[in-house]
Amino acid sequence: MSTPRTMFDKIWEEHAILEDEDGNTLLFVARHLAHDGSYHAFSFLDERGLPVRRPDLTYATPDHGISTLSHRIEDIDDPDQRRVVTGLQRNAERHGFTLFGLDDPRQGIVHVVGPEQGLTQPGLLMVCGDSHTSTHGALGALAFGIGASEVCHVLATQTIWQRRPRTMRVTVEGTRPRCVTAKDVILAIIARIGANGAAGHVVEYAGPAIRAMSVEERLTVCNMSIEAGARAGMIAPDETTFAYLEGRPYAPAGAEWERAVAYWRSLPSDPGARFDAEVTLDASALAPMVTWGNSPEDTLPVTGRIPDPDQVEPGAGRETLRATLDYMGLSPGTRLVDVPIDQVFIGSCTNARIEDLRAAAEVARRGRAVVPAMVSPGSSLVKRQAEAEGLDRVFREAGFEWRESGCSMCVGMNGDLVPAGKRCASTSNRNFRGRQGRGSRTHLMSPAMAAAAALRGRITDVREILGEA
Amino acid sequence: MERFTALTAIAAPIDQANIDTDQIAPARFLRRPRAEGYQDILFHDLRFTAPGVENPDFILNRAPFRQARILVADRNFGGGSSREQAVWALVDSGIRCVVAVSFGDIFYNNAVNHGLLLVRLDAELLRRLRQALHERPGSVISVDLRSQTLVAPDGTTYAFAIEAARKRRLLEGLDAIGLTLGHMAEIAAFEQGYQARKPWLTARPA
Repeated sequence: MSTPRTMFDKIWEEHAILEDEDGNTLLFVARHLAHDGSYHAFSFLDERGLPVRRPDLTYATPDHGISTLSHRIEDIDDPDQRRVVTGLQRNAERHGFTLFGLDDPRQGIVHVVGPEQGLTQPGLLMVCGDSHTSTHGALGALAFGIGASEVCHVLATQTIWQRRPRTMRVTVEGTRPRCVTAKDVILAIIARIGANGAAGHVVEYAGPAIRAMSVEERLTVCNMSIEAGARAGMIAPDETTFAYLEGRPYAPAGAEWERAVAYWRSLPSDPGARFDAEVTLDASALAPMVTWGNSPEDTLPVTGRIPDPDQVEPGAGRETLRATLDYMGLSPGTRLVDVPIDQVFIGSCTNARIEDLRAAAEVARRGRAVVPAMVSPGSSLVKRQAEAEGLDRVFREAGFEWRESGCSMCVGMNGDLVPAGKRCASTSNRNFRGRQGRGSRTHLMSPAMAAAAALRGRITDVREILGEA
Repeated sequence: MERFTALTAIAAPIDQANIDTDQIAPARFLRRPRAEGYQDILFHDLRFTAPGVENPDFILNRAPFRQARILVADRNFGGGSSREQAVWALVDSGIRCVVAVSFGDIFYNNAVNHGLLLVRLDAELLRRLRQALHERPGSVISVDLRSQTLVAPDGTTYAFAIEAARKRRLLEGLDAIGLTLGHMAEIAAFEQGYQARKPWLTARPA
C-alpha cells in the first residue's frame, strides 16, 4: 500500500512540473487572481516585453485603492490610486484576461469574488499578490500570497518556484457556544500558536467544529492563516463545499460537474497521513475574542483584562508589551469591556460576506450606534444581496454608514482611515501599528462584536445584547 | 538582480518583535513607480513624527546607525502583508542584510529577488547581539554568504543555515524568470496533461 498522503501532498504533487537540483519545485498555477495592487508586476512584465502566458487563467478585480463612497473611477481622490485602477483595466484589455471592473456587478474584494464566482475550487493551486490569498483554502484549494516579482513570474510563465513547506494540522474539537464565531476560533488559534507559529507550514484545519462550519465561516478561518505566519490554510472539501459551489458561474456544470466532484472526493488527507506538527483546540471552551495589542496573537476572551508588563520576565517580551500598551493607550489590568471605542469598521476579506452582515445586522437592529460606524460589503454582489434582505436599512436606521465594496479601512489605502490616537473596533485581520492609518488603534473582533461595540461605544460582550439563550 | 557575496558594515539593533511589512513600508506609499525609489518611506511612521520631521528616538536616525547596512531584529520580522515594497525600501536604503530569529514567509521569498540576505539565528544570541550594538554604537558585523558565517563585533563567528537554491541565486544574481523560461517545453507539456485531467479548469459562465 502506498504511504498515506495529506491533502496538501496530493495538491502539491498534482501541480509539480519539475524539481531543481536544490530541491525547489516548479509548480503550475491553476488560477492567478490579480487586483489594482498588481500594477507593479505588470510594469515589470512590460519592461521585459513579455506577454501574459495564460490570460484564460488570470482573473482580476480592483479592491485595494478604490473609493467606498462611489465606484466611479473619477471619485478616487488619490491620483496614484486612480492610475493603478485605470492601469488594471488597460492591462485587462491589452492582455485579454477576465476583469470584474469597478462598473461590473461582480466586482469585490478579490478573496470574496473568487469563491463567490466559483473560481476557487478544491484541488487547485492558486496565487495572488496579496497575503490573504490563504482565504481560498477554505474550499480545499492550495492558495498562497506572493510578492510583485513573483506575480510577474506567474504572469510570464503561469508557474512559481517553491520550496516544499511543512504541514500542520489544527484540529478544533467540540461545538462552538452561541456567539462564538469562526473569527473567534481563528483568533484563539493564533493566540495559541503565535503570529509566527505556523511559519513555513501549510495548515489544514480539521475536526468537528470545522466540519460544522459553513463555507463562509471556513473562509474566515483560512483567511487569517497568514496571521499565524502560515504559508496557506486549507480545509478538506465535503458536501458543504460541493453544495456551495454547485451552480456558481465558473464552477463546472453537467457531466464535468460529476467528474469534478469525483476528483474532489479524492482530495481529503488519507487516514494515517502524517503532519509535521499537530495542534488541538476545544471550541466549546471559547468565548468571543478581542485583540488588545499590535499583533493578532495579542488576543483574549472579551471577559479578560489587559496584561501587565510587570508579570512578564525582562527579555521575555516585557519591553515589547510596554511599547504595545503605550501605543495602544491601555493600562495593565483594565477590563476589555471597559475600553472605549471611537469608531467601528465592518468589512474586509475576513468578515464582509453575507452571513457576516446578517450577524452584525442582528445586533444593530437592537439599538443605535453611538460612535461612527461603517459597513463595506465584501463584494458588490454581497451588497446587492444584503439590500435584497433589507440589511442596508437595518444598518442605516441604526446609524451605520452603508458603503460600496472594497478593502477600505482594513488596509487604509483608499482614504478610509482611523485618525491617530483613535480606537477602532474592526472585523478586519490586522491590528498592526498604523495599519488603519498612522497612530490608529485597532481591536479585531467578529462582526456581531463590532456591531455591539458600535451600540455601546466600548468593547462589549455581544452575549449581553443577544442574551445567553 | 544584485548579487550578494559578503558584507562588512555597521549594524543597527531593532528590538521590537513582529516588525510587520506595514511598519517597514506603510500602505499609503506603495503606488509610486519602482524607479522613483522607496528609501524615504523605510519605517516611515517610526522614523518621522511628521512629514520631514525625524523622530530622534528612532534608532536609524541616530548618528552611527544612519550608516547601518545590516539590521539585527527579533522574532517574525517582515510578517503580514505580501507587499514587496518592504524589501525595496530596505535595499533602496542600503540595507543588504537582516538578521532575525524568524521572518514572514512571503517577505522571505521576496527578499531573494532583490539581493537582500536574510539570516536566521537563535533568539538568545540575537538578544545579546542587539545589546552589544546598543552598548557600542557603530559596531561592525561581517556576513559572508560563501562560508555561511557571521562575525559579531566581539570577533565570535557564528554559522548560519541557508537553502542551497537561495544561496546560489544570491551569489550569482540569478533571475528566476530567465531560468523558468528555459523550461517552457516542459511547462507546455505539463499544461496539456493538466487540462486533460481537469477539463473544467477553463469553464466559463454559460
